[in-house]
Amino acid sequence: MLCDDCGRNEAVVQITLLGPEGRVEKHLCQHCAANYGGYLFPTQRKDMSVNDFLKGVFNYAPEEEQKDDQTAEQERPQAPREDELVCPNCGMSYHDFLQTGKIGCSVCYATFRRQLEPILRRIHGSSTHSGKIPHRTGGTLETKHQINLLRARQQEAVEQENYELAAECRDRIRALEQQLALQEGGVQHGAE
Amino acid sequence: MALNDLLTGDALAWLGTEGTDSDVVLSSRIRLARNFRQIPFPNRADISQLGEVQAQVEQMLPGLEQGLGCGFDRVDMERLTPLQKEVLIEKNLISRNFLRQPQHRVAFISEDQCVSLMVNEEDHLRIQCMAPGLDLEKTFAVASQIDDWFESQLDIAFDEKMGYLTSCPTNLGTGLRASVILHLPGLVATRNISSIVNISPQLGLAVRPYFGDDKESIGCLYQIANQLTLGFSEEELLGNLKSAVQEIVAHEREARKALSVYMKDSLEDDVWRAYGILRYARSLSEKETLTLLSKVRLGIDLRIIGEVTAQCFPQILIGSRRSYLQNLAANENLSKNEIDRLRAERVRAVLQQCSAPKG
Repeated sequence: MLCDDCGRNEAVVQITLLGPEGRVEKHLCQHCAANYGGYLFPTQRKDMSVNDFLKGVFNYAPEEEQKDDQTAEQERPQAPREDELVCPNCGMSYHDFLQTGKIGCSVCYATFRRQLEPILRRIHGSSTHSGKIPHRTGGTLETKHQINLLRARQQEAVEQENYELAAECRDRIRALEQQLALQEGGVQHGAE
Repeated sequence: MALNDLLTGDALAWLGTEGTDSDVVLSSRIRLARNFRQIPFPNRADISQLGEVQAQVEQMLPGLEQGLGCGFDRVDMERLTPLQKEVLIEKNLISRNFLRQPQHRVAFISEDQCVSLMVNEEDHLRIQCMAPGLDLEKTFAVASQIDDWFESQLDIAFDEKMGYLTSCPTNLGTGLRASVILHLPGLVATRNISSIVNISPQLGLAVRPYFGDDKESIGCLYQIANQLTLGFSEEELLGNLKSAVQEIVAHEREARKALSVYMKDSLEDDVWRAYGILRYARSLSEKETLTLLSKVRLGIDLRIIGEVTAQCFPQILIGSRRSYLQNLAANENLSKNEIDRLRAERVRAVLQQCSAPKG
């Protein structure tokens, strides 16, 4: 059969147009069918943003999570359902997040931690930060990080038989560990 | 510096022609996303909370200026015309996201135009630092120094496990987005560019055309940036980007060499024709200008053209942009033909100005 529009090429597509003059069936060749692109693929929007895409990614999360949730829920039957969770600081619900793909405030991350972690792993392949740490709000993390670095250096020094340096590292680790104990004690005392 | 100079100046500090690998790498950029504790992120904050964020940043500014030894211009989005905002976007000094709402959206732009602090963009504070050529480490050091200063007095939202907390989970962790603008005429001409665009996601990097869309890039300019922000240290993220860029630079140079050996005659003809049109045309569209500019730059880098210096590149790049020209002419209602005429005039003037001394 030849194409209804150009009458030259073999028709490969059959489309049905519903217009004011009723139902029209057309057999079209590949070339002419391309002109009907607007009708054929009306849902493809050009300006799909990163957020639109992310929304899809986030919405996908709960289904996958349900498996782990079943076991978790047996342990904690009181745990609120995730779509009822609301951040006490900014009032954002988990449902809002799924809609917008944006977090509301710093407290939200603590509120929705359990829901967010699998999502983060999907986006970044990891859910644990290993970069820069701020002095003021980094808590004890910075001290712990320093201790780890010193331990590595101490080990290295021992291997190179540089015992002077190793002893120096050991002393500094001790000092930091004491400081850490103080800080952690302080945090517990000063806990909200 | 007055706002007017910021808008009408034709120099782009971040797009100089000096710097490492500047024959291929035009510019490096670092962006850090930071938020303050407790205050809701800008998309959920009310006006008074946004004002609080603005006040906190503002109060830290004198100390920052002292520490960096560089003054900052305050650019209030509520006081700019839409055209002026577009010019700042064309100059890469603010992001399009920043224009959604004007209230308490303020940018602090350094005198040398290499640092831009955006207050209440998607996050409370966005620190953006730019430098010409491939220079990620030093640029990051400046951004980190600015971050340290704010952090020394203000409580930054941070979680021991998740790192710096950001409005969008795709920035979480380091809050770092490092990007580099590359001029890749060799890889485009030898049709190798698609393989680089396709491979980059596997390396955690995103490559996209700087002008144009995914189907058609204009002017052979590409931007490459890290996609992941969590789970890696800043050094690792920068190192990964840098090594990928160096790899691309090596391929680009090889492609250029191949072009200048195997297609010498047609390449020279192409370059000189492009130069001729830019030098004498009376009407130029934006797309045509950028396409020809790319060829002229290639000609300069390959020493085919000696009459002009590479310095014409950034000046023509900004001089080709629509809003910049409209603002320069102080007329928002120019027709396309009028703008095309202005653009050609501007390009001719720049080429005249950048003529290399003979002899």
